[in-house]
Amino acid sequence: MSVPGKGGAPELVRPYGDRRDDGVVQLSFVLPVVAGDRAREAATQVARKMGLSGIHVAAMEQAAEGYTFFVVYGRTDAAVDLAAIDVPEVKVKKRGFDDLNALVSRELGRRIVVLGACTGSDAHAVGIDAIMNMKGFAGDYGLERYPAFDARNLGSQVENAALARACRDAGADAVLVSQVVTQRDVHKENARAFLDELGKLGLRDRIVTVLGGPRIDHRLALELGYDAGFGPGTKPSDVANYIAGRVLERAGKVPTEVHDG
Amino acid sequence: MRLPDGREVPDLHVDPEVVARCRALASRVTGEVMGFVERHTTVSIERTVLRQLGFHDAGPRGIPLVNLMVDALHERGLLGKGAAWWFGWALRRGARDPMQVVERITGLPRSPEPLPPAEEGALRAEVAAEARAAAAELRRRVESRDALREELGMGPRPHKYLIVATGNIHDDVEQARAAAQAGADIIAVIRSTAQSLLDYVPHGATTEGYGGTYATQENFRIMREALDAESRRLKRYVMLTNYASGLCMGEIAYAAAWERLDMLLNDAMYGILFRDINMRRTLCDQYFSRRITAYAGVIINTGEDNYITTADADEAAHTVIASQFVNESFAHRAGLPDRLIGLGHSFEIDPHREDTLAREMAQALLVRTLFPEAPIKYMPPTKHKEGDIFFSHAYDVQADVVARVTGQSIQLLGMMTEAMHNPFLMDRYVALKSADYVYRAWKSMGSEIQFRPGGMVERRAAGTLEKALRLLEEVAEEGLLAAIGKARFGDVSRREDGGKGLAGVIARDPDYFNPFLDILEGRP
Repeated sequence: MSVPGKGGAPELVRPYGDRRDDGVVQLSFVLPVVAGDRAREAATQVARKMGLSGIHVAAMEQAAEGYTFFVVYGRTDAAVDLAAIDVPEVKVKKRGFDDLNALVSRELGRRIVVLGACTGSDAHAVGIDAIMNMKGFAGDYGLERYPAFDARNLGSQVENAALARACRDAGADAVLVSQVVTQRDVHKENARAFLDELGKLGLRDRIVTVLGGPRIDHRLALELGYDAGFGPGTKPSDVANYIAGRVLERAGKVPTEVHDG
Repeated sequence: MRLPDGREVPDLHVDPEVVARCRALASRVTGEVMGFVERHTTVSIERTVLRQLGFHDAGPRGIPLVNLMVDALHERGLLGKGAAWWFGWALRRGARDPMQVVERITGLPRSPEPLPPAEEGALRAEVAAEARAAAAELRRRVESRDALREELGMGPRPHKYLIVATGNIHDDVEQARAAAQAGADIIAVIRSTAQSLLDYVPHGATTEGYGGTYATQENFRIMREALDAESRRLKRYVMLTNYASGLCMGEIAYAAAWERLDMLLNDAMYGILFRDINMRRTLCDQYFSRRITAYAGVIINTGEDNYITTADADEAAHTVIASQFVNESFAHRAGLPDRLIGLGHSFEIDPHREDTLAREMAQALLVRTLFPEAPIKYMPPTKHKEGDIFFSHAYDVQADVVARVTGQSIQLLGMMTEAMHNPFLMDRYVALKSADYVYRAWKSMGSEIQFRPGGMVERRAAGTLEKALRLLEEVAEEGLLAAIGKARFGDVSRREDGGKGLAGVIARDPDYFNPFLDILEGRP
């Protein structure tokens, strides 16, 4: 076992079925074979090669001619040391709606300009809408509702260069880039390309860049060169607090509260 | 209430005067737009006319011949006469084959000398005869589709609608066949992301797409032929659908009709609201494309389900109803009978709230009751889907129940992996198995259930209809274009001179010539 990144005793965890450390996992998959005894054995062997033992093929059904659907249970010996895991996380001190607005008003004395867009050919505005729009998401107000923000949702299918120019023209403090369609990693290339466009305008270090989407996490966003990444389940208030914290920090107005893990 | 297909659904009292008033207002709304539509054409309409005259191929660098010709005419300001006229002109200037027509049109001077009046009538007669022959061939192809559908019959309603979207048409075929074998009645091939913004139709079979597969005539042909074979094997006709939306509504409608597709996504306002296509452009294009679907007996699916993915489904329920009246009226003006008008809606109220099923039931039954002859298309939840596929599956099953009880005609089956990736083969299988269970288990409940007079369902439906009426009153007062500007639909606002494709809208000359439109509008 390697030395844990943050020191301390190892803290081994395994998948939990109905007892601690039983290591039980459930799988479902399709094999391009005709259902039958050979298919069942093939599914068992697939599971075994994945490192499972105590394999139980709970369901085997013909999903189409020559395709069989399986539900399989098995045990894994895999265990991981939780203490050794180091994941970059966006850490934000969260304030309530009124507190955040008051803080920005007091410390910055103006509204924070935030542009948001779903970029490239991506037409799925659901994510950016949930974060930006007045109404918000799951009872959590969107950025447009905050007096502290001048939030402008440019919608979907916005070209990277056009978004970069819009950031310049609006004097944006922060920009939210949403990427939903992910086939063949197109989202990564497109997200990176936007930062290049910002760079061409000399804005790369002047604007807080935030990436979001169902396949995005903070680590990926950092790898791509963004300041932060937000994945599924993110509430508008998470993004609002992050942006406000970062913008105030850059303005030298508040002690650093934001860490990259 | 007994539906025309014999199914029984719970009775829902709606005030017939309110309904009649909604229809009258919708008719006023669409009537005002039709004046503009009748005075204009678009680059896409003219390309469709040329496709109908036989120009299916692409030139060097893959640019469709129809784009080369229409762009050349548009640059010279000659398109107001109609591309068909210039086709006839090229023939009279000695063109002997399609490439010679292309050469003559792309080589036109800025101000071509006028044709002697004596030749004018002959030109029009000649091209009109070609158009009639092509239309007859189209009709023959459509009849062969209808004959096969008639011979094999279809599964019981709601028809189960499944999506394939691999990006590669050959993989799509494999997935579509698997879905058909597992019980799918309708296969939709999702288009590659942003194809709606291409001002041309890609050419040939395609194997690369993002989030879907390009809609091309060749891809249509490949998939329909595969489904014909599969339908014969299964002794059950499986329909095929695609998207006549975006900047090429007419061209895709024509290619789809020619390749014997059964159904097309086609909404009068979707492109304006959700793809930021210019409203004048879309309103012209939707009319022409719908004329084609009416001629070819293609069922259209409208896109009201999208409104409640951008707006809140609970609060915006009435916008769906109002838009359905507008879409219905536009469809009637394009000659579509009710049996081809597949109005759309969906199961999208936030599942974290209470009593959502009563409101979903009210909405689905209201739509069913207002449009009893229409093949209503019901969409599953998408907006509130998350990565927990087990919850997602349970959530989809609720939509299956509502679809069955309220007698929907076409049901798009929810995918447990919605919001994660393109459906896996097993995702479709599990969705079909559960839907079949629900349809079996709830078979007769539609005729057993009565909603309590004055109860939650009835009040909700009446309230929604009342709000739809008020919205239609506002829209009729303001005019459709201004109403869209005020974000009356889907919380999206668009400007009349904004969006993509306005440069491709052209005023028709007084002697505008479009023999295909004459046929579609019943002036043979």
